[in-house]
Amino acid sequence: MTTQQHDSSVYERIQGEERFQELRRRYRSWAFPMTIAFLAWYLLYVVLSAYARDFMGTKVLGEINVALIFGLLQFVSTFLITWAYARHARTKLDPLADEIRHEVEQEADRA
Amino acid sequence: MSSEALSTTLFLVFVAGTLAITFWASRQNRTAADYYAAGRSFTGVQNGLAIGGDYMSAASFLGIAGIIALSGYDGFLYSIGFLVAWLVALLLVAELMRNSGKFTMADVLAFRMSPRPVRTAAGISTITVSIFYLLAQMVGAGALVGLLLGIKSDSGKILTIVAVGALMIIYVVFGGMKGTTWVQIVKAVLLMTGAALVTLLVLGKFGFNLSSLLHDAAQQSGKGEKFLEPGLKYGTDAQGVWGKIDLISLGLALVLGTAGLPHILIRFYTVPDAKQARKSVQWGIGIIGTFYLLTLVLGFGAAALVGTKAITAANKAGNTAAPQLAKAIGDDLFGSVGGTVLLAVIAAVAFATILAVVAGLTLASSSSFAHDLYAHVFRRGQATEGEELMAARIAAFVIGAIAIVLGVLAQSLNVAFLVALAFAMAASGNLPALLYSLFWKRFNTTGAVSAIYGGLISAVVLVFFSPVVSGAETAMFPKSDWHLIALSNPGIFSIPIGFLCGYLGTVLSKEYSASKYAEIEVRSLTGIGSEKAVTH
Repeated sequence: MTTQQHDSSVYERIQGEERFQELRRRYRSWAFPMTIAFLAWYLLYVVLSAYARDFMGTKVLGEINVALIFGLLQFVSTFLITWAYARHARTKLDPLADEIRHEVEQEADRA
Repeated sequence: MSSEALSTTLFLVFVAGTLAITFWASRQNRTAADYYAAGRSFTGVQNGLAIGGDYMSAASFLGIAGIIALSGYDGFLYSIGFLVAWLVALLLVAELMRNSGKFTMADVLAFRMSPRPVRTAAGISTITVSIFYLLAQMVGAGALVGLLLGIKSDSGKILTIVAVGALMIIYVVFGGMKGTTWVQIVKAVLLMTGAALVTLLVLGKFGFNLSSLLHDAAQQSGKGEKFLEPGLKYGTDAQGVWGKIDLISLGLALVLGTAGLPHILIRFYTVPDAKQARKSVQWGIGIIGTFYLLTLVLGFGAAALVGTKAITAANKAGNTAAPQLAKAIGDDLFGSVGGTVLLAVIAAVAFATILAVVAGLTLASSSSFAHDLYAHVFRRGQATEGEELMAARIAAFVIGAIAIVLGVLAQSLNVAFLVALAFAMAASGNLPALLYSLFWKRFNTTGAVSAIYGGLISAVVLVFFSPVVSGAETAMFPKSDWHLIALSNPGIFSIPIGFLCGYLGTVLSKEYSASKYAEIEVRSLTGIGSEKAVTH
């Protein structure tokens, strides 16, 4: 099976369509703020590790201190964001992207 | 049977198995898509395992466990940076790249630009980053084998590096992406199993009470409470103001470097579509995250059960802490036979790890040489597929040979910083260019070329004038001193420089194509016109 080549005008037409704009908005309005959020959360952790060592060394439970909990929470947040993105993509992005793609492929087959 | 003999036997079984896979794969390598991207026919789960196999290098397995064993908490900072980094790949890069690219990172960067200058820059960047990374692994292999197999002579170490290099060349030249991916899958399963086994035994010894493990680790380390807090290795008070900035700089390079590492990026091409690319990153994150949690227990376990003295006696950097722990816990629970067997298993897993990672790096750099530099720049797109594939195989051979020679020559040099440098270069040069390409309408050729060279060169220059190269006891050249800045990790400066160069280059040039941007935007989000899987 070879890759279908599309006339470049197809892409400009789709880019202008409301449906595609909606797909783009759904993708960006989720991925961009989330990226800023997890980077800020991570940098907070790194900055605290560098400058707030007394706080990070505070014991919470037995030998388990804030630094360890904060570190483990980075794992938890990473797993949660991964799960949430997969869900967002499956329910909000894939159906729209599939719809647009199938239409174009059908047009190309007819032509 | 001694542990060394058992390790060697197990390792030879691994080599025999992976060579069989390689020759099986070589018979299926017909087209460029087969060789570069395994026919895009791996499933998301398989590729997720391979991502783990590609990413969890000996540096992260032995290195991080070693840092935790000797410096306590600070090793964990590495793990967290390496893991969170995958969210950048998942949210911003993996799927869009799968939809718009073909074989290499440069395919995406050159998509809407003038191809020759952008492919040249991206090719140089890919090969430079991969070779630095490769060199670190090769030198590590020599040192490690010396320790684990009891090979102490220089000629023995050199022979080991040559053997590792030869195997890696065979995997790549004959197996292509399919063979290399299978090697990585097998290695990921072995590594996870081995690490999980030792972790369970260690936790069991402490009655599954993390607090009591930490208590013993802190006691045995001789550093007390400080062992469980950040600050023993990075940003210590002795390092002053720059030490803390250095820590933040390292953190930035780790979190932004992964999504710019060429050998990681090309993994997204091995699956049939963007959904599988997403799934592979999900699996990758699950595997890599679990692995780093295991490493935490291994590191603290080694501190508690092996002890600082025994670890540093074997290797100053602590690189053998994990295998030593396997021996100690085995001896403790099952007697000396158990210790011998566990040590042998972990040592063999470590070799498998090195082999799988160096194969991935050789493949990434030789693919970029053949596809970007040879086919598109030198031959201006006139090369046939057969010629391009021949160039890829020759390049894999030559790059492998260069890595062997450099690995032998660099034996006595301190090359630990090479991996950090590779991450900094990827974050400073590749990531800005990649993100601008995918998301910034106005981005153009001058911008792409400026971002790559600006980020790459600033990272290299900053490291050259840093204490890792000269002016410190642990430097590459400890006897000379031309260092200008007390910063080991260039990221905090070079990453913004990369982004800034990309911005300035773009706005200073008038070139811009609305239709090409429409094409990459629509393609990347919908998958229209994306490369399809090969069906044989």
